[in-house]
Amino acid sequence: MWLLCAKILILFMKTLEDLIAECEELAFDLNFTRAKNWKEEKEGRVLVGYMPIYFPREIIHAAGAMPVGIFGGGDNKQIIKGDAYYQSYICHIPRSIMEIALDKHMDHIDGFIFPSICDVIRNLSGIFKQQKIGKFVKYMDFPQNFLPEIGGIFYQQEMGHVLKYIKELNGKEVTVEDLNHSIDLYNKNRQMIEFIYDIRQDYPWRLSIEEVYCIVRAGTVIPVEEHNAILEQVCEHIKEDIGTPQDKIKVVVSGAFCEQPALGLIRAIEEAGCYVVDDDYQLGSRMILGDIDTTTDNPLATIALAYIKQSQFSSSIYDVYNPKEYRLAKIVEDREADGVIFAAASFCDPSLLDAPIFQNAFDKMGIRYIAFVFSENINQYKVIKEQVGTFSDSIKLWEDDLVAV
Amino acid sequence: MSKEAQKEKSMILQKEMVSSLFNDLAHAKELGKKVCYTFIPGNLSELIQTFDMLPVYPEINALQSAMRKKSSAYIKEAERHAHSEDVCTYVKCDVGMMMKGNIGPTGQKIPEPDVLLLSYTGCFTFLKWFETLKREYPNAKVIMVHTPYQENGEITSEMTEYMVKQFKEVVIPEMEKVTGIKFDESKLKRHLTLAAEAEDWITKIFDSTKHKPSPIDAYFAGVYYIGPINIGFRGTQKAVDYYKELYKEIQERIDKGLGPITPEGEMKEEKYRLVVEGPPNWTHFREFWKIFYDMGAVIVASSYTKVGGVYDLGWRHDPERPLEALAEYCMNCYTNMNIPQRIDLLKKCIVDYDADGYVTNSIKSCNSFSAGQLGMMREIEDSLEVPVGFIESDLVDPRYFSYSNIKNRLESYFQMLEQRKKMEAVPV
Repeated sequence: MWLLCAKILILFMKTLEDLIAECEELAFDLNFTRAKNWKEEKEGRVLVGYMPIYFPREIIHAAGAMPVGIFGGGDNKQIIKGDAYYQSYICHIPRSIMEIALDKHMDHIDGFIFPSICDVIRNLSGIFKQQKIGKFVKYMDFPQNFLPEIGGIFYQQEMGHVLKYIKELNGKEVTVEDLNHSIDLYNKNRQMIEFIYDIRQDYPWRLSIEEVYCIVRAGTVIPVEEHNAILEQVCEHIKEDIGTPQDKIKVVVSGAFCEQPALGLIRAIEEAGCYVVDDDYQLGSRMILGDIDTTTDNPLATIALAYIKQSQFSSSIYDVYNPKEYRLAKIVEDREADGVIFAAASFCDPSLLDAPIFQNAFDKMGIRYIAFVFSENINQYKVIKEQVGTFSDSIKLWEDDLVAV
Repeated sequence: MSKEAQKEKSMILQKEMVSSLFNDLAHAKELGKKVCYTFIPGNLSELIQTFDMLPVYPEINALQSAMRKKSSAYIKEAERHAHSEDVCTYVKCDVGMMMKGNIGPTGQKIPEPDVLLLSYTGCFTFLKWFETLKREYPNAKVIMVHTPYQENGEITSEMTEYMVKQFKEVVIPEMEKVTGIKFDESKLKRHLTLAAEAEDWITKIFDSTKHKPSPIDAYFAGVYYIGPINIGFRGTQKAVDYYKELYKEIQERIDKGLGPITPEGEMKEEKYRLVVEGPPNWTHFREFWKIFYDMGAVIVASSYTKVGGVYDLGWRHDPERPLEALAEYCMNCYTNMNIPQRIDLLKKCIVDYDADGYVTNSIKSCNSFSAGQLGMMREIEDSLEVPVGFIESDLVDPRYFSYSNIKNRLESYFQMLEQRKKMEAVPV
C-alpha cells in the first residue's frame, strides 16, 4: 500500500525546481494572493495574520480560518509611510509591516495577532488598534510561567480569546475533533520540515538553505494541506542523490527569528563557504519539537503543554532552568556544525541582548562563532560575505580536523 | 556655570532615606538581610518589605551613574564584552558597573543579589537584563512574575488570577525559602495601607500643577518626587512622611503664587505649560532642564512619572485584597498600558492641566516607551490640535545627547508656541 502511494505521488510530482520556484513566489508575495483566493473560494472564510515568532496555527485552522504569516516587506517593499511611524533606531520590521498595511496589501486579512516577542511588536499591536486596522487585533501574551496549572491555564485562556474573535466572524464553534485534526496536520508539517533539515545535515548540497527557506516560508501563507503536499514532494526529491558536494564548513545561524534577512543574504552565507545546517529564520514553523498529542479531550491544554514542555529555546522566553546557551550548543553538536553565525537584525533587542550570553558561553565551550547585524531591506552583502568567507576559511584551513565532504 | 541648587526639607529627607538604604545595602550581611534586585515598573516593594529584604534597582544605579558622569565608562566596558551598541544603555551601564566593582552612588559596594525578582512589567528588556545578571550571579534565585499586558485596555479577572496564582504558588514560597521568613499577610496588609496613603499624597502633589503658575515641574523635579515611592519606600511610614512634607512645601508655594524651584532658583515666569512623554536624559540632566526653564517652560505632567505606577486615575493598593492589589499594581504601570490607553491618559493630562503643548523625548534605547511614540504624537496633535514637539536623546549614554540639536529644536518649538499664543490673543 505504502509503495503504491509513493508511486502515485511520484506520478503527480512536480520537479524540484518547479516546487522551489512556486514556493519562492508564494513566500514573497506581499499581496498574500493565495490567502486572498482561499478566502474568496468560500463564503465566511476568515484570514488571520500573525507576526513572528510563533503562534499555534493549529487553533486558527481548527476554527475554519487560515493563518497568514506576516514577516515584513524584506527588500521588496520601499518604505515611505512606515518611516513616519518609527524612529531610525527602531528595527525595520514594524515600519515595513505598517507600510504593507497602509498600502492596503492586507485589507483582506480579517484579524491580526501580535505574539509577545518584544516591546516593538507589542506596541505595534497598539498602533494597529489605534489605526483600526483589521476587524480584531490581539496581542498574544505567551506565559513566562512554565507550570501547566498556572502558565498553561493562562495560555489556554489566551487561545480562547483568539477563538472567540474568529467565532464572531464566522460563527464556527470549534470541536475537540477539529482541534485534534488540525494538530495532526501541523504535526505532519513539522515532521516533514525536520526531515528536510535532517537530510541537509548529511547532504546539504541537495537543497540550498535559500531553497529550504522559501519552502518553509511558503507554508506560512498557504493552507497547511497545500503546504504538506508540497513538502511531501520535496521530501521525495531530496531522498535522491542530487546536487554536487562542495568544500564548505557547516554552521548554525542564530538570531534572525523575527525580522527576516533578505533572500540574497541567506544565499550569500552559503555562497561564502558555509552550509547552514540549522537556523532560526522561520522559528515559528519549527517551534514545537516533536509531535503534539492528537488523542486528548482537551486539545487546547495539550497545545499549551507542548509549548511549555516541547518548545525550542527562544530569545523571547526566559526559561530559567533550561539555559539557552546549552540548548544552542546542543544543536551545534547534534548537527555536527563547525560553528555558529549570529545574525541579528539591527536594533533587535531580544537577539542582541542574548548575544553576550551566547558568546561568553561559547568562548568557554570552544564553539567558534562570528556575529553580524543586518536589516531586512539591505541588499548589499559584500562585507558580510567577506566576513563569513573568512570565518569559513579560518576553520577549513587552520583547524586540525578538516571537514570531510 | 550652574548655581548651587536650593535644598528644601523634603529634599534633605529624601537624601537621608536614599543614603540609609545604600548604607543598609553595604551592610546587608551584618544586618542579616537578603538582597533583592528588582525593577521600578511593577516593583513589589510591600512584598519585599514583608520578607525584610533590601531592594536594589538596577535602573536607579544606572541613572545615578549617568548623573555622576560614570555611565560612559561603564557602557564602554559592557560593549567590550559583546554588548551591542544598539541596545538598552541602562543594561550596559549596570553590567559595566558590575564589572568595575559594583560601587553604588554613595561610594559603597552594592552587594550581590540573593534574589532576582523579575516582576517584569511593560518592558521585555527587563527579562533579558536578569537573564544576563543570572549568568553573573549564578547563586541568585530568579523569581519570575509574568505581568500580563493590558492589550485590550483593561485588567481582566483572568489576568489578575494568573498573577495571584504566581504569587501564591511561586513567588511567596520562593521568598520564604530564600529568607527563611514565613509569609505574614497581616504585615503585608500594613505595608499596603501605608502604600495607599503615600499614593494619595503623590497624586495630590502631581495634581498641584493645575495651579497657575504651577508650583512644581512635574517632569524634571517630578523624577525626584517619585524617588521614594519607586525605590523601595512605598509601603513605609517614611514615604508617607516624605510626601506629607513635600505637599506642605508645595502648598506654601501655591499660597505665595510661586512657580517651580529649578537648580538655579525659582522660575520667575511661566510662559509655556507642557506635557512630556518619555524618560529624561540623565547624562545631561541639568543642561536639558535648563533649556526648558530658561524659556519659561514648565512641565505640568509627564508619562515618565507614571512608570512606577499610575495613581492619578484613582487606583490604590487595597489592603483588603492584598495579592490582587499587588497584581493590579503591576498591570497598571504606564508602560504596561496599550498605546490607545497611553494616548487617552496623555490627552487627559493635556486637558486637565491646561497644557499649551506636548513634547516627546524619544529615547534611543528604550523601545518600551519609544516604539509607537510617533503615532501617539500624531493622534494627540490631530485630536486636540495642540502643538507637538519631538526631540531625541538617550537614557545614560552621553554619545546620544546632542545639546545643540535639542536646543535648536526646542527653540523652534517654543517660537511656534509663542506665535500660536499671539494668534490666539488676536480677536477674531
